[in-house]
Amino acid sequence: MMDHWQRFKASDLFYDFKRDKVAIVSFAVFVLLFVCAFSAPLIAPYNPYDPANIDIMSSEIPPVWMAGGMDDYILGTDAQGRDLLSTMIYGMRISIVIGLCAVLLQAVIGIVIGLIAGYYGGKLDGFFMRLADVQLSFSYLMVAIFVSAVLQAAVGVGRFAEIAVPFLIIVIGLAQWPQYARTVRASVLAEKKKEYVEAARVTGFNSHRIMWRHILPNCMSPILVLSTIQVANAVMSEAALSFLGLGMPVTRPSLGSLINAGFEYIFSGSWWITAFPGLLLVILVLAVNLLGDFLRDVLNPKLYKG
Amino acid sequence: MSVLLQVEDLTVNFALRTGDLTALNGVSFALNEGERLGLVGESGAGKSVAGFAIINLISKPGYIAGGRVLFQGEEISALPQEAIRRIRGNRISMVFQDPMMTLNPVLTIGTQMVETLQAHRDIGPSEAAAIAADKLRKVHIPSPEKRLRQYPHEFSGGMRQRIIIAVALLNDPQLIIADEPTTALDVTIQAEIMDLFLELCEQSRMGLMLITHDLAVVSETTEKIAVMYAGKIVEEGRTGDVVRSPRHPYTQGLIAALPQGEHRGTRLNQIPGTMPTLTRIPPGCSFHPRCPHVMAVCARREPASLPVDYPGGGQGVVACHLFDPQRHDE
Repeated sequence: MMDHWQRFKASDLFYDFKRDKVAIVSFAVFVLLFVCAFSAPLIAPYNPYDPANIDIMSSEIPPVWMAGGMDDYILGTDAQGRDLLSTMIYGMRISIVIGLCAVLLQAVIGIVIGLIAGYYGGKLDGFFMRLADVQLSFSYLMVAIFVSAVLQAAVGVGRFAEIAVPFLIIVIGLAQWPQYARTVRASVLAEKKKEYVEAARVTGFNSHRIMWRHILPNCMSPILVLSTIQVANAVMSEAALSFLGLGMPVTRPSLGSLINAGFEYIFSGSWWITAFPGLLLVILVLAVNLLGDFLRDVLNPKLYKG
Repeated sequence: MSVLLQVEDLTVNFALRTGDLTALNGVSFALNEGERLGLVGESGAGKSVAGFAIINLISKPGYIAGGRVLFQGEEISALPQEAIRRIRGNRISMVFQDPMMTLNPVLTIGTQMVETLQAHRDIGPSEAAAIAADKLRKVHIPSPEKRLRQYPHEFSGGMRQRIIIAVALLNDPQLIIADEPTTALDVTIQAEIMDLFLELCEQSRMGLMLITHDLAVVSETTEKIAVMYAGKIVEEGRTGDVVRSPRHPYTQGLIAALPQGEHRGTRLNQIPGTMPTLTRIPPGCSFHPRCPHVMAVCARREPASLPVDYPGGGQGVVACHLFDPQRHDE
């Protein structure tokens, strides 16, 4: 463990990181948000899932610095009378969980398909890549609307709330796997021509081992870069779906459904219900995107002198 | 002395849209246990294809169209892929030209060596690491235990080629096929690597098939030599005999083209013309358009492989009409 840390400290990645202020700040912001989100029950002043905290009498209280604000609710309350800050922290947790899990699903599907398509080539390659084209020609929103409509009709709106998280993960995960498959396939095509692959074959390794153990680790840089971008995209997609009312229910809101819920109250003056979750979403996505930019610059295969 | 490797009439074709190209045309040679053979020829003569064909690793669109390969009496050219895979890297190892490229850049030397061992033997990681360190010591890498934890980019070119040789040695092979092992290295390192090969072959009675275009390297290292031209072996014999008194006009041209100290200041000899590409191999003897001794029969008929005697009493094989006693009878 110490050995790995020592090696990381000596790496080019760490060297570049220390010299890139944007990367340091965005990493710090991301870590801060991540820690806040996952320690939500510890740091949030209220539990927004507790029905006892829903009080219509304290709804739409403005932030503390405005006229009518209360010390108990720093960022005010939403239409249900829940503390907005607490709801946002819990909502961010849901957003991040869905984002990460969806990207994990995309990555698993995309890497397996990309590796197989790139390594074996031929008909298999043609089939999977056309499948990817077909997949990308559907808007994921359209698929999500269709599937969720069917699901809501099938299991009922109440039950749908329970399965909303896995549903979102699967929809977003399935929608974006071609990005991974294409990226991985492109790197595999480049890597499999290299002599170390030939050498591995001469050594008597089987195809399975050559694919996973020798080619895949050499394709990790583009996968890493793509993953950061995809996490940001998935969080946005989740917010978009929730905003359209296809995602998380208001009882367990994500950032997207909070923005959606507050949208109805903007013209009645309660702008904060939409504005603060929106701001948090922008900061979260921006931090992840900036980290992705940094990684892309550092791991740029064109600058990489293997 | 028993025969280690016997290649009989090996033919490799490449299936292209325009038809089949013959890259290796009826190549036959034999290698005894612990013997060193040099396979020489220009680029494109089919040397590397021969190396890959022996371990049945011709990639598409190439395929083995005929002939057989016997290794320790077993016909390995007839084995299914799974069985030949167990021989590769185990009983027959291969060393490639470019040491910068043949090691996986993202895995440590130790990981790659342990993996190679475990692919063929049922041993634990610590035992495998001990064998790996031992082999590194054999190729004169200092402090091998420390080196096992390093990545390929932390080594120099010469060291990497030694490591590749150590990887090839891991499973104590009976035969190493070295495809231009010193071409990417500078001359002093070349000599070191060839000395290392000699030392290792003698230590463990390992057979070596050295594929190269460098006659100087072959003449210093090997006992036998086979000269290839356009996919065929044109001359084969003891290295000393062939280098001292080559019989085939192509070999004579090659030897004459070597720079020699006493002719300082004069132009180097060269064989006129270039080797034909596989799409345009001339009829008859493929060397005849460039041959100084060309006869009418050369363009008509392919020469058979004929036994020849060298001045020192050695025996060899040469594919040239000049040595055919019946050619005047036609």
